[in-house]
Amino acid sequence: MIAETQTPARPQRRLVQAFVKFREIGIIVFIVVLAALVSLRNPAFLTAANFQDIVLNISILVIVALAQTMVIITRGIDLSVGSMIGLTAMMVAYLVVAFPGMPPILAIPLGMLLGAALGSLNGLIIAGGGVPPIIATLGMLSIYRGLIFFYSQGKWINAFEMPPSFRQLAKGAPLGVPNLILFAIIVALGVYYFLRYSRTGRDIYAVGSNPDAARFAGIPMQRMIFRVYLISGILCGLAGVLWASRFEAAQTNTALGFELQTVAASVVGGVNIFGGSGSVLGVILGAFLLGIINNALTLVQISPFWQLAAQGLLILLAVIVDSTILRRLQRITSRKSRT
Amino acid sequence: MIQIIRSRRAMFLRWEWLLVVLIVAVALINTRLSPFFLNSNNLLRTTSDFMELGIMMLPMVFIIVTGNIDLSIASTLGLSASLMGWLFMGGWDIWLAAGIALLVSVLAGLLNGVLIARLKLPALVVTLGTLSFYRGLAYALLGDQAARGYPDSFTFLGQGTLGTTRIPFALLLFAVLALIFGLVLHKTTFGRYLYAIGNNEPACHYSGVPVERIKISIFVLSSMMAALAGFILAARFGSTRPDIGTGLELTVITVTVLGGVSIFGGSGTLVGAILALLLVGILRFGMGLVNLQGQVQDIVIGLLLILSILLPRIAGRLSAGVSWRKQTILKTALAVTVALLFGLFFFWSRALILTQ
Amino acid sequence: MSAPQPVLQVQHVSKSFGGVHALRDVHFEIMPGEVHAILGENGAGKSTLIKIMTGVHQPDAGELFLEGQPMRFANTRAAQEHGIAAIYQEPSLFPDLDIAENILVGRQPISRGAIDWKRMYQEASALLQRLGLALDPRTKARELSVAQQQVVEIARALSINAKVLIMDEPTSSLTQHEVADLFAIVRQLRAAGTAIIFISHRLDELFALADRVTILRDGSYVGTRVMTDVTTDGLIRMMVGRSLDELFPKQAVPIGSVVLEVAGLGVEGSFADVSFELHRGEILGMAGLIGAGRTDVARALFGIEPATAGTITLDGKVVAIKRPDTAMALGIGYVPEDRKEHGLVLAMSIADNITLPIVASFAKLGWLDTQRELAAATASATQLEVKMSHVEQQAGELSGGNQQKVVLAKWLGAHPRVLILDEPTRGIDVGTKAAVHALMSSLAAQGMAILMISSELPEILGMSDRILVMREGRLTGHFSRAEATQEKLMAAATSA
Repeated sequence: MIAETQTPARPQRRLVQAFVKFREIGIIVFIVVLAALVSLRNPAFLTAANFQDIVLNISILVIVALAQTMVIITRGIDLSVGSMIGLTAMMVAYLVVAFPGMPPILAIPLGMLLGAALGSLNGLIIAGGGVPPIIATLGMLSIYRGLIFFYSQGKWINAFEMPPSFRQLAKGAPLGVPNLILFAIIVALGVYYFLRYSRTGRDIYAVGSNPDAARFAGIPMQRMIFRVYLISGILCGLAGVLWASRFEAAQTNTALGFELQTVAASVVGGVNIFGGSGSVLGVILGAFLLGIINNALTLVQISPFWQLAAQGLLILLAVIVDSTILRRLQRITSRKSRT
Repeated sequence: MIQIIRSRRAMFLRWEWLLVVLIVAVALINTRLSPFFLNSNNLLRTTSDFMELGIMMLPMVFIIVTGNIDLSIASTLGLSASLMGWLFMGGWDIWLAAGIALLVSVLAGLLNGVLIARLKLPALVVTLGTLSFYRGLAYALLGDQAARGYPDSFTFLGQGTLGTTRIPFALLLFAVLALIFGLVLHKTTFGRYLYAIGNNEPACHYSGVPVERIKISIFVLSSMMAALAGFILAARFGSTRPDIGTGLELTVITVTVLGGVSIFGGSGTLVGAILALLLVGILRFGMGLVNLQGQVQDIVIGLLLILSILLPRIAGRLSAGVSWRKQTILKTALAVTVALLFGLFFFWSRALILTQ
Repeated sequence: MSAPQPVLQVQHVSKSFGGVHALRDVHFEIMPGEVHAILGENGAGKSTLIKIMTGVHQPDAGELFLEGQPMRFANTRAAQEHGIAAIYQEPSLFPDLDIAENILVGRQPISRGAIDWKRMYQEASALLQRLGLALDPRTKARELSVAQQQVVEIARALSINAKVLIMDEPTSSLTQHEVADLFAIVRQLRAAGTAIIFISHRLDELFALADRVTILRDGSYVGTRVMTDVTTDGLIRMMVGRSLDELFPKQAVPIGSVVLEVAGLGVEGSFADVSFELHRGEILGMAGLIGAGRTDVARALFGIEPATAGTITLDGKVVAIKRPDTAMALGIGYVPEDRKEHGLVLAMSIADNITLPIVASFAKLGWLDTQRELAAATASATQLEVKMSHVEQQAGELSGGNQQKVVLAKWLGAHPRVLILDEPTRGIDVGTKAAVHALMSSLAAQGMAILMISSELPEILGMSDRILVMREGRLTGHFSRAEATQEKLMAAATSA
């Protein structure tokens, strides 16, 4: 019966599944090839120390890119992440300097709370106020960035002002691996679990995949969308604290333009800008690829000025490849339903 | 029937009238704040800060009206200015260098246009990619040098005034371009097509509108205007570093949306965008007069952008019915509470530190 | 034993929108284990009735009873929780999620605090098997055909133990084969005691499937009949108030020379080897089921998806049509199937819509003469008797029939020699339908060549001089007006 019309689906479905898996495998292959080429030029690339360096460099990116990914899945975008990181970094850094007796571990929940406030404002404006995400976060980008300046009166916090215990927050390695990397791993696992095993997480995909059907199915749209921006704020707060700790400074231009990198990591990682799909593994691989390129360029002695160009090319490449795969997908399925 | 058309047109212009009211209000405030405001020399001089923005804003209106976006304009600006500077430092004639840079900007626009119009890739991501790519090329060209030493004939573009008047050349250039863009948008078939594409692109396709060609041309236009803005900026500074113009795209988009051009496409006027530019201009001027720093001014502009969309929506919902009203009040109260709590902590912690 | 109680009852229900009555004192009831059809023209009130039953709207007057208990559904969630499920013409699934999630969205099985994917796939498989769809529940919804997506929606209804399943025009996108499969499922559900409300304007389907039928006309209740007691003509008369023949005012028109000749036309993956001639003054009907490839032929002729094989000859000259503006320049016009998405820019005025394809002709060096443009548009709209407040009104505010008139006005303004009409009277009220047909006849009389694609056999038989039939991408039949009958057309459309 209907099984008959379904027979053409089997081999095609395998093809399509292969394409999707292929996407992540594609990045891995790309990474392997790149790694091979670079290590030929400079064997220092394939050392554990260098590898740890790369992972360390992308840890904050991974944390924030995962937040950005969840926002993009719901068909939104958060351009204010860089400013939120900068603002929380500055405020927490100031407080840490002002209260050197405070156990630095408190900085983490403090940062996350501040981030929550910022993120919830975003969420209220977008979900409650109905302002399009690109406009709302564009405005907030300026507001939050301006607040950094207002807060610090243009002054920066430097390494020698920070208590060493705070600096250890990100860089210390009581468990053998730098704390920063551990934080990134915890966040990644947390987001993975959330998106895969909780109903709210699955609702995020539903909202992005078909908002009308989601509404019909009784998913509380406004609350969902508010939540993703709130989470984005919280993770940016965490990232802000880690940033200040890692770079031992809080400046007015901290994380300026960082939002672009988070979108790049997401897009390269296969997240669909139209919403509805995206995987944690993909984003991590995307961030990893960006990190490798930055690292590789230095090791191969290409001017670091080419980094930005390389990042841009990667984004274009990722999007072109995705669209050609998707287009082939559509042609397969539309041919099926045509009979 | 004429009454209905007139009232439609009145509604059509409502946003623009609001902008005019705001401009007048800000102008009045500025006059009270400082005697320096209503000085024609000062006013003319400050316009030069905004002409690059204005020139890039003109094609951005076209692009946003069609429902697209171009995030790469500041990078194209940087690339063109850097290329020109690099060639000039290499001994080329400045005008030849500028010509080549303009040509390169056409290629930049073509890349955007082809990827977006022919490959049908999302404009946001494509121009995000080219934003990085073009800016990266700019850095690759100039590195950490700066190109400088432009001849006076060139710096006239950014610093010169017309004859004995104090009217900056850039202002005149902008005025002419604004007039042309305005006429094209509102009085030609091209402009009609732009609005149609922004409202329903597939229907345009089915009506024989050359959609692809139009989209490619607006992105090329955008890149060319960005190059032009780059020349003027470089001429104004007298030098060029590869980070020139970084972040300008955000202001251009802000001003365009503030001008009433819907981010979803299909509506908005060039007059509105120009009024918004004027508003932001005198707002910044006024804030400068009271010594508010640039980044703090950004807070005001950001607030203006968000409120310009938020307030009409809230007003609409408050008058729409009891349940809407309750929800709206609740949400607003929540937002205000969060902002207040944050603000309290903000100022408290800041005061604490300042007294240390 | 007392008589069985209706599972759902609607009594004295009225609903208006902004002063327009959508429903006026309507009754409806359905018993468990019954397939009950709702019949009526577009605008008769069927969808409003459905929306009230599914909680999208609240009635202004009247009551709903669910198993004898008075009910008010505040929203769709409430209706669903009470066991009322609906599936529509266009399935609304989550394309990026797999079948199992689509079925169990929001109700994924949880064990030890986390979603139990294994159990979810098991439950989904079981449901799919019950419905005879042997697909891997891990398949993403975007990979499914329309028919398969509908089965998934039915599976979703089953999983919430729906007492009432509403099916709104479910067969319009299905092939004959898939329709048969769907009917088997419906019969299975009926045997299990589910009440099924079936909305379709394909009368043959109602005779095949339904037990009873309720007819609505202009928002009012006309009557309820047992299917075995009615005839097609009787139903139509109840629906429409007139009999079949009055609807198709076709004049006899002298057929002229060949203006369009298509030979071996094909688009890879869509259709192949299509050849026919079209004469001036002729109305050539194209019949066939949805998906047969007729619209693809039209799109190839108009340049939306250009042909990959074969030739197109216009007035003796071979032409290559790769883009719509080429087709327009050659004198071909296309009134598309989807009026709202492809035919009109709803946010623009009626005038701007009418002049869109030819707007350049009102411009000198690009500068638009808006006065002349407005005059031309007004003349065009008046000629077609578009019911509007004024020509600068937004096209989106018009009724379906008037919107179609605007689309026609648009193409007439382009003065085509060949006009392709794709489902020209779909979703239009009867009065406008007759007007459109009259217009077609007069255009033919003036020498225009018309290619009419339609899924309504009576319309094809009533309006065409000759009829082509397509099936699965090929031409399977060619009939003259005299020799064509519904049976012959159906046969060519459905069997090899």
